[in-house]
Amino acid sequence: MTEVQEKVRDLSEKYGRRRENLLPILQGIVEKEHYLTSEAMIQVAKELDISAAEVYGTASFYSFLDTEQRGQYVIRVCKTISCDMKGKNSIIKAIEDVLKIKVGETTQSKMFTLLETNCLGWCHKAPAILINDEPYTNLTPAKIKAILGDYIRNAEGKQKIIGDIQYER
Amino acid sequence: MANINLIIDDFKVTVEEGTSILQAAEKVNVKIPTLCYHEDLCVAGNCRVCVVEVEGMRTLPASCAIPAEEGMVVKTNTPKVRRARKDIVSLLVSEHNTQCTTCYRSTNCELQNLSAEYNIDNETYMSVLKPDIVIDRSSWAIEKDDSKCIRCQRCVRTCAELQHVNAIDVVHKGKDMIISTFVDAPMNDVVCVNCGQCINHCPTGALTERRYFDDVWDAIGDDEKHVIINTAPSVRVGLGEMLGFPVGTRVTGKMVTALRKIGFDSVLDTDFTADLTIIEEGTELLTRLKKALVDKKKVALPMMTSCSPGWVKFIEHMYPDHLDHLSTCKSPQQMFGSLAKTYYAEKKGIDPKNIVCVAGMPCAAKKYEANRPEMRDSGFQDIDAGLTTREIGHMIKQAGINFLDLEESDFDSLMGESTGAGVIFGATGGVMEAALRTAYEIVTGREVPFENLRIMPVRGDEGIKEATIKIEGCLPEWSFLEGVELKVAVAHGLINARTIMDQVVKGESPYHFIEIMACPGGCIGGGGQPIPTNAEIRKKRTEAIYAEDEGKVLRKSHENPEIKQIYKEFLKEPLGHKSHELLHTKYRKRFRY
Repeated sequence: MTEVQEKVRDLSEKYGRRRENLLPILQGIVEKEHYLTSEAMIQVAKELDISAAEVYGTASFYSFLDTEQRGQYVIRVCKTISCDMKGKNSIIKAIEDVLKIKVGETTQSKMFTLLETNCLGWCHKAPAILINDEPYTNLTPAKIKAILGDYIRNAEGKQKIIGDIQYER
Repeated sequence: MANINLIIDDFKVTVEEGTSILQAAEKVNVKIPTLCYHEDLCVAGNCRVCVVEVEGMRTLPASCAIPAEEGMVVKTNTPKVRRARKDIVSLLVSEHNTQCTTCYRSTNCELQNLSAEYNIDNETYMSVLKPDIVIDRSSWAIEKDDSKCIRCQRCVRTCAELQHVNAIDVVHKGKDMIISTFVDAPMNDVVCVNCGQCINHCPTGALTERRYFDDVWDAIGDDEKHVIINTAPSVRVGLGEMLGFPVGTRVTGKMVTALRKIGFDSVLDTDFTADLTIIEEGTELLTRLKKALVDKKKVALPMMTSCSPGWVKFIEHMYPDHLDHLSTCKSPQQMFGSLAKTYYAEKKGIDPKNIVCVAGMPCAAKKYEANRPEMRDSGFQDIDAGLTTREIGHMIKQAGINFLDLEESDFDSLMGESTGAGVIFGATGGVMEAALRTAYEIVTGREVPFENLRIMPVRGDEGIKEATIKIEGCLPEWSFLEGVELKVAVAHGLINARTIMDQVVKGESPYHFIEIMACPGGCIGGGGQPIPTNAEIRKKRTEAIYAEDEGKVLRKSHENPEIKQIYKEFLKEPLGHKSHELLHTKYRKRFRY
């Protein structure tokens, strides 16, 4: 069993192998792996004894269950009207400048993915973004650059410890 | 159950509680248009074409999804309803590839019919058809064209509810939602058994069989080629539906004449190899029983039939560790192919490399089966092309043949003679009945103890049928079977096959012999049969099959004179050396997920 397969097995044991436990299992994988590989989805199908197409169908329905490769930090910029009016385009521009990727792309280091998302419910503090589960609000280009700087430094710190995470700057 | 009274378009209707408005309307001959609704499947209510007006309700409910209620007053044809339906169909058309002139389903398309009925124009809503859709032609059997998909999900429900395969599912969402496979992989790369039930349940041309008739026309036009066709029992009870006859008409003689007019050099009968299957498979069963009962050897029982290539691929995917339960016999189609290029070629003095062997089948999976690498025991690809009943109907139309007034004729020889036992292969339970007619007689020397050879317990449309036959008065060489109660089961529709197999896996299967057909109703309801197919149509085709059986002089496979001849002159004995070489095969383990 590979590492991913073991993770899926553990999650299946935790939540139970019934069809209705598909979502928490998929969420559990995404929490750890940031996205669902084919291997992970096939293993889920095996554990729950349902077809792989059904797993993929469910996963592809939800924006937060990615089936394409994602970085360690998934940045989701709210694209809905309030954030749009409060300058979400300048936020995206700032992120693109720092990370050298466009919306929908992942950095070569697999550290960051930049996406747009529908309303996050932070309209009163627009513009807003999510980095993984963490919301950041009332953003300006300067603020988001500082936030990203923190993430990158943090990762640098981790790099010294783990020693094999590559990122670009 | 309580009765419900309601009024539909001024007709008083009384129905059982739980009946939908749509079904209630049917009872008083009020036709409500549908698209996502199919009586074989659960209600989805996603297309909204069946909307009606109900007094006191603000919105227009989908009549397929709303149960009739006491005192309801329903109007199915008001300006509001008509406008709504027209808008709904217009919106579906705006997403649809409307190149009907180049569509295989043209004139047999539910969307096209509705679009014409409601006089839909191209201007109300501009086309939002996605421009970059590529047709998936990866499978030998099934073509998938998303540009024609209206996302009614009948195929998804078919694959889940009837077959329990779930090869296709709804993926992505909103405007990007499509019917697709695991990670949008090509159809030949996923767990699909090619049964073609999705094709048969598709209202449009989004799912069709991969067509081979142009290759067949080319072969017919080639003077060097000797082109032969063998037609399955279900074709002769379904084909008429495409060519102007009422459902359930037997058109055997006309079909043979038409195929001859098309230019086949020899029109032969798959029923001949169905009879042969019975001899081989029946002997195999008796051999297994002998091994188990006399030699006390470990042998895979129950034995299961292997005629249905959809079922064979299903067990290969889903139960790869239990393939030894399958009979090693090839399907009648493949037996025919391997004999056509050996026995037939030899007898007729034709170089087998010039023989093109075509199969006319009620089936999509047969196309896949013909292309399996195992199926080349004659030294050539045994079956060159598998055609569906629908393709044969198309060929007859292309040839300009007036089918209604065609004279009747008989199959050619060699390999054109058959018995009623071969014919009933077309209906669920038929292989079992044919096998019992022969096996019982081999063992006891007497006919099966059923009136007029009708083994009723294995007939009918129940998903799983079982029967027990006590064997008494055995001939001396079969005395080990004396008093044995032979337990058999018959299942059709793969969801029922799964129930049977789960029993086998647990070691709790009480049966000796099991017949399984992938499609509901057996081959008469196959994925290659005329569209529509529903319960009533399956019933009529089944009746036609049994009528065809009773119209035959010979109704037991072992009495077929051509079968006697082939054993005498070529095969020598059942399960003999030649049989193993040409008529038996091996199966392969496939991935389940």
